[in-house]
Amino acid sequence: MNRRELLALITAATGTAMIGSTALLGGCATTASAPAKFSAENIALLDEIAETILPRTETPGAKDAKVGQFMSVYVTDCYTLDERAIFHKGLLSLEAQCNKTYGRGFMALQPAERTAFISQLDQEARTTVAGGGVHYFTMIKQLTLFGFFTSEVGGTQVLRHMPIPGRYDGALAYKPGDRAWATR
Amino acid sequence: MSTQHFDAIVVGSGISGGWAAKELTEKGLKVLLLERGRNIEHIKDYVNATKETWDYEHRGRPTQEMKEKHPVLQRDFVLNEETQGMWANEQENPYVEKKRFDWYRGYHVGGRSLLWGRQSYRYSKQDFEANLREGVAVDWPIRYEDMAPWYDYVERYAGISGTNEGLEQLPDGQFLPPIELNIVEKDVAARIKKAYGGKRVMINSRTANITQPKPEQGRVNCQYRNKCWLGCPFGAYFSTQSSTLPAAMKTGNLTLRPFSIVSQVLYDKDKKRARGVEVIDAETNQTYEFTANVIFLNASSFNSTWILMNSATDIWPGGLGSSSGELGHNVMDHHFRVGASGVVEGFEDKYYYGRRPAGFYIPRFRNLGDEKRNYLRGFGYQGSASREGWDRNVAELGIGAGLKNALAEPGAWTVGMTAFGEILPHHDNRIYLDRNVKDKWGLPVLAMDVELRDNELAMRKDMLQDAVDMLEAAGLKNVKGSDWGYAPGMGIHEMGTARMGRDPKTSVLNGFNQVWDAPNVFVTDGAAMTSASCVNPSLTYMALTARAADYAVKELKKGNLK
Repeated sequence: MNRRELLALITAATGTAMIGSTALLGGCATTASAPAKFSAENIALLDEIAETILPRTETPGAKDAKVGQFMSVYVTDCYTLDERAIFHKGLLSLEAQCNKTYGRGFMALQPAERTAFISQLDQEARTTVAGGGVHYFTMIKQLTLFGFFTSEVGGTQVLRHMPIPGRYDGALAYKPGDRAWATR
Repeated sequence: MSTQHFDAIVVGSGISGGWAAKELTEKGLKVLLLERGRNIEHIKDYVNATKETWDYEHRGRPTQEMKEKHPVLQRDFVLNEETQGMWANEQENPYVEKKRFDWYRGYHVGGRSLLWGRQSYRYSKQDFEANLREGVAVDWPIRYEDMAPWYDYVERYAGISGTNEGLEQLPDGQFLPPIELNIVEKDVAARIKKAYGGKRVMINSRTANITQPKPEQGRVNCQYRNKCWLGCPFGAYFSTQSSTLPAAMKTGNLTLRPFSIVSQVLYDKDKKRARGVEVIDAETNQTYEFTANVIFLNASSFNSTWILMNSATDIWPGGLGSSSGELGHNVMDHHFRVGASGVVEGFEDKYYYGRRPAGFYIPRFRNLGDEKRNYLRGFGYQGSASREGWDRNVAELGIGAGLKNALAEPGAWTVGMTAFGEILPHHDNRIYLDRNVKDKWGLPVLAMDVELRDNELAMRKDMLQDAVDMLEAAGLKNVKGSDWGYAPGMGIHEMGTARMGRDPKTSVLNGFNQVWDAPNVFVTDGAAMTSASCVNPSLTYMALTARAADYAVKELKKGNLK
């Protein structure tokens, strides 16, 4: 991580800095009581949400990269207590909203319904963030992108990676469809 | 208490300590190299050197637990999973922040030479003359001409890649072929040159990464992995481990002792010479004495001064070198984290291969010649051009296959650069001993009382505006300038506190880095700096050290240090 890269703070397609890297909320993270732990069901749900954001196509998707598992580890270890509480509450709220709209939980939705539902959440989160607020879906989307593209599956099968390039070419020919490097 | 004698003792094994050990052992002296932290063996102990992002549980990001353990480090990028364990333990090694000071320390063999940014530039003629010309602080006791042969010497050995540009403000050197600019950087460089009639230039950064092998040092040329801070298994960047330590070892004259905290220089007031050092073994807490004819303090700027403050206090309450009233004063760093970025169009059919450990450099252009801004001195920019990755903002894409496919391709070419500005030596920017706070070994700790002053604050306005202007003049789109804020220490270029000078009444060290009050004690790390320039300082520490070591050995032979 070079100083130059300070200029490239992660916005992760969500319009806000990477949550967990700087304090999301002002003040100390002492207000929340011990947050819930992730259950196997939570992780399965996160996998399906992530897969809806980054689905398998001709290349692997979020589930292939075990993004749900990654999110559970990252939220537990790298988020503040307050941020963790928002995330866990968000999962409950997501299920509640899903039940209200479709009369079923997210896992029971058809692919098209999942896309519609998550698209709507994505819009909602963006509106909230644009207004200076915090939305749990921003967290889910950031961690999906971060978890996927920094995974071995994402970094080598969707992006490309050369462990030991051996030389530098500053004018490599590029045509649309050529994959991006996993690391700049 | 056991005592052991050496010809020379070097305190600290970072960039300057490694050089002191190499030079003194190669000149035939039996040298004891003391390091307060653990040993790190070249290659073998670079535990993360070949890891990829996905090999880290949190993909490199710091956890809350890490942040709690490192309340200072967590303020910046230096706290991450990759370099965890390479920074000083903040619980065992506290310090006092009278004002916020970010002190990032490497307490292990190699020190911050393993972690440094490797940018290597010479101080210029005007850097050595500016204090005198402007009536700031005190005059350097040396001039560029004194340093030039030593810059040549250390560049050749360390291996600095770069280009000679014939610039007065950034002297040419003994360079290996440069790390190339990419096609966009070359284009932007040409546009800046044209827009400013050559008065502002964008050149290859000069970096201590070798572009040709150095088989005599067992070093392979850079493999473009850009993982330098993890320790390079190819030895491609200069560090104590890759370069100076093996040379010192090869002489058979070196004894390296890790876990050795030097608590004071032992001073003989009758002879007015140091006779050795007192060492606390960091693991056993046992105290040892080592004696020597000459002592080099290379413990890092503040820690070298800390040792002086703890030494000969029965004669000078403020410690060895305090008779000048300047010990601990004139703290400098480089202030930065202000710059600009923008988008370059027209190169969508180009990309790059390999990850460079370097980029471009824009040397100082302010207050040269007849120009007089509303501040003294100047700044340079470091930056690079690259294509955006998956972390770019593609708000319009929402979710799904379209998002994934778009992020699987590189985005726009962007240029980002940040300025590094000179901080003037100011007497009131200082560190001092706080005897009420003790470290793990019961030793008093440093307190920091440093702040940016009007000159730096005025300069920051130009640092921001000039960055925006230049990128716009080069035709970039969507140019955005930012000041991300700076706190003293963040530059990790702490300097001053035992400055060189011409007069023992106003300086701690003479023109050969000897403590005026103890001529067999040399301080050749950042503590010695009389002014900061705006360029990265490590190369100058190397040159100062090699020069002082050469002088010390000559003086020893003449019997002048007895």
